Amino acid sequence: MFRKIIYSISIIAVLVAAMSFTPPSAAKLIIRFHNYVGDSPMIFDSVSYKNQLGQPYRVTMFKYYAGNFHFKNKGGREYTSKRYFLINQEEPGSMQITIDSIPAGIYSAIGFTLGVDSIDNCSGAQSGALDPVNGMFWAWNSGYIFLKMEGISPVSNSNGKRLEFHIGGYREPNNCIKRINLELKHTVTVGEQTNHIVDIKADLSHLFFSPNPVDFSKLSSVTDFHNARNIADNYSTMFSVMDEGK
Amino acid sequence: MGSFIGDNLYFKITQKDVEFTIPNGFPKPLYDFKNNNPTPAGFVLGRKLFYDPILSKDSSISCGFCHQRIAAFAHIDHPLSHGINGLIGKRNVPPLQNLIWNTSFMWDGRINHLEVQPLSPISNPIEMNETIGHIIQKLQRNKEYTVMFKAAFNDSIVNSKNMLKALAQFTGLMISDNSRYDKYMRGEDTLSATELKGLQLFRDKCEQCHKEPLFTDNTFRNTGLAPDTNLHDSGVAAINGQMKDMGKFKVPTLRNIEMTYPYMHDGRFRTLKQVLDHYTQKFTRESGADPILVKGISLSEADKTNIIAFLKTLSDQTFLHDRRFADPSGHY
Repeated sequence: MFRKIIYSISIIAVLVAAMSFTPPSAAKLIIRFHNYVGDSPMIFDSVSYKNQLGQPYRVTMFKYYAGNFHFKNKGGREYTSKRYFLINQEEPGSMQITIDSIPAGIYSAIGFTLGVDSIDNCSGAQSGALDPVNGMFWAWNSGYIFLKMEGISPVSNSNGKRLEFHIGGYREPNNCIKRINLELKHTVTVGEQTNHIVDIKADLSHLFFSPNPVDFSKLSSVTDFHNARNIADNYSTMFSVMDEGK
Repeated sequence: MGSFIGDNLYFKITQKDVEFTIPNGFPKPLYDFKNNNPTPAGFVLGRKLFYDPILSKDSSISCGFCHQRIAAFAHIDHPLSHGINGLIGKRNVPPLQNLIWNTSFMWDGRINHLEVQPLSPISNPIEMNETIGHIIQKLQRNKEYTVMFKAAFNDSIVNSKNMLKALAQFTGLMISDNSRYDKYMRGEDTLSATELKGLQLFRDKCEQCHKEPLFTDNTFRNTGLAPDTNLHDSGVAAINGQMKDMGKFKVPTLRNIEMTYPYMHDGRFRTLKQVLDHYTQKFTRESGADPILVKGISLSEADKTNIIAFLKTLSDQTFLHDRRFADPSGHY
């Protein structure tokens, strides 16, 4: 019994010590991704969308890697968090991510890498978001798939009218890694004891639109280096910061 | 209690068995064991995985099925690889040796790291046709494996990272550095007059690509082989879409070449003599052959005999009979 009390006291002491040593300036920032197709929140299977050519399509899968989040404060200094996240429309829990221990401050811009840095494509076995069990690693040609979109379109000439866009590649000239930079309309003040949330919209329609419009009757499948770079140029404009007032 | 075959001293792996030092005269390896320090438990787990058909969809094929120890882990006497359901692949099974010095893997260099290499045969529909996710589920349900993962890794987790790290401990330590050639270079053995002539010829005519001591320069070259009209294999170009890489394949190591027949990326030559005959030809510019080969390498019949005698000094009996890499389950 006595030993138990001593034990408890020592645990409390350790906890108090740990709390008092937490750097006072570290805070959390929550980023929520919202997948859209044009102006409508993305819904799998049941909703038919149209690309810029008016060709109808449905979405059955949509996931992508976001990592290397960076935050620019008003003084122009940048803070980077190395971690990767796999944003998967099918898993609501993956749509909200938390950046831990970001220094307190006023931030005017945030950004991230869409995809996986070249060094992390060549670093061997990895776990977490980068675990190959997530189906986002190409076994036939080492490297991560950065973005996967699958669906169906009546004009597709693939088997089962399928659409398959598996975009990846870290080597030139087929490098599909994109650095996304987003200015914040209103600065975000990150401090202690508050949860700061930034809402980011990912608009899938960009994938088939600009600068390289996709005609599903001619291009319904991109699963290697052919055309991948064109689609990556399209997804580089896919993200925007949602109105913070909402 | 009966004893397990794993208790047999022949198969026992000690700390000494998994220690790595760079062999004399070898460069620094590209794979860094500092990030995956081999331990007896990790190595034994890697060995079990290597020889376990659980890695294939119908539990019919293990890594060791195609990679035979007696052939420096190539598939002896098989021109093309074999896979699940009796399917035949497009390429010759490469040997597994000195992998930690490789800059890339496979005949076309498509794999960039030793640890992720197994993912390719595992998921290939004509090899093991399995998914890594399903393999991890099978391993998590298997008591023997959960115990072995726990012994091998601090975090005890049965996941793909630990599985691939264990396999890399096993395959990474497959090192051939004790052939008669190596002993000669270290001053521990002599070569015959024929073998020495062969070595001299080799250094004059072959060394540019098959660089000592690894006997490859890790580059990709078109050796002027006529494209096989059934296989339609365009080599590196199929991976990167670059026309300049049409028909290019990795310069393979020549270590243990005596055991790894048949030869070339599609196993088209049965003998070393046929390989050398090929290289003495002239090639047209249209063939895409590497500039150093276009004019043909001039070799007399005696030269070829001498070079082949030298190449056989690259057979490494220590490696070929290394008990550490034997299959304790007795399957292969």
